[in-house]
Amino acid sequence: MTGSLFDLPPEGQSPPSQPPSRPAALTITELVSTLRKSVEAATGPVWVKGEVTSFKAYGSGHWYFSLCDPQSAVRCVMWKTYTVKVGAVVADGTEVYALGTPTVWEERGELRMSVQVLLPTSGVGLAQLARERVKAALEKDGLLDPARKRSLPLFPVRIAVVTSADGAALRDIIIVTRRRWPSVRLLVVPAKVQGTEAPETLVRALALVNRLELVDLCIIGRGGGSKEDLSAFDEERVCRAVAALRIPSISAVGHETDISLTDLVADARAATPSAAVERALPDRADTLRHVQSLGSRLAHGLRRRTTLVSARLARSGDRIQVAMGRRLEEPRSQLDRYAGQLEALSPLKVLSRGYSVARLADGRVVRRKGDLPPGTAFDLTTTDGAIAAHAD
Amino acid sequence: MTDSTRDSLTTDLRRLEEIVRSLEAEDTDLDRALQLFEEGVSRLRAARDRLAEAEARVQKVLEDAAGQLHVTDFEG
Repeated sequence: MTGSLFDLPPEGQSPPSQPPSRPAALTITELVSTLRKSVEAATGPVWVKGEVTSFKAYGSGHWYFSLCDPQSAVRCVMWKTYTVKVGAVVADGTEVYALGTPTVWEERGELRMSVQVLLPTSGVGLAQLARERVKAALEKDGLLDPARKRSLPLFPVRIAVVTSADGAALRDIIIVTRRRWPSVRLLVVPAKVQGTEAPETLVRALALVNRLELVDLCIIGRGGGSKEDLSAFDEERVCRAVAALRIPSISAVGHETDISLTDLVADARAATPSAAVERALPDRADTLRHVQSLGSRLAHGLRRRTTLVSARLARSGDRIQVAMGRRLEEPRSQLDRYAGQLEALSPLKVLSRGYSVARLADGRVVRRKGDLPPGTAFDLTTTDGAIAAHAD
Repeated sequence: MTDSTRDSLTTDLRRLEEIVRSLEAEDTDLDRALQLFEEGVSRLRAARDRLAEAEARVQKVLEDAAGQLHVTDFEG
């Protein structure tokens, strides 16, 4: 298939049917070099506008990226000599003006634009650039290190709030506080949260928080706004003031999607000022339920203890009774044994079998014939009494 | 909540949990158990009281020209 396609001459052209003689064939180097010259001559140094993609900064200091618009793209190279003037690296997606010269990278025969100047097209771009620079500086000083984040107090009692005294953020904070945990005290430290004075007043307010006694937590933030409105919270000195707070902090700037640099420096980040309060304060109803469950566990715990103890007491009582019983049993049976022996030895017992005892008047028992000469009186004791008798 | 009771809810709840755990363990003698129970009851009462405390207070902190701090009630 492809073979037959290749065999077809391009429309409107009739290529030479035979390869040219050797001196007429260009080397690749000759071809690419020719192309490079014509590309460089086509426009010369030129300003273009486009979006940065596939940005890569190498250790050498050179940058490689593409500039594109919805239809086309061109690969760019920016040598170290020029990148140092830009400072911070450029994020993908940044729209820029670039001054550069289109050329051909001869080794690969690829089109390149060699860029000398890179300028973000808008304030957004500039702010983004500045923000990256600040972020890098904070990171360098370890202020973004997760290890330095402090945990928030469980039940804060006094909370400092750095925000505008008449903004929606403060209103939301007060409402949510009253709903969740009414016994807290909020100390509002007013600051401008947008405009040129904002960074300065925020820094001053944060320093003031550090002078307050017995404050457990600081919430810093503002409600939603344009990127420009929120930019004070990307300022390096504001971030450093947040980092310098003696107490744990929550940063809550704008809406869910906005992440400012104070969010990265603070101990915790909340998407909105209301969410910051939810993060800071437990729910009173939840806590009350917890207290109640502790109460019933306490009562149950004691009941269990006392039940155990009385069961143990009952067991001990049984044991005492058994022990005492055994101790009483022994003498009793011994007594019975003695009694038996006594009975066996009793002379009456012998008499009861039909024997009788002869006793002389002085009570001596007659044991031999000689004890009882004829004419002697004696008593004959039987089982039921004595009989006076006379020996013949 | 006053400053003197600061953080005491945390302490009360933490202690309560300890007490309940000890009571639930087998090896507490009765005297000790009764002692723990009494302490538990008073901490429970304290925690409940603290939870019942009144309206959140909102104040404003301002610094005057001389660098003095002033705390005033905030009128939202």
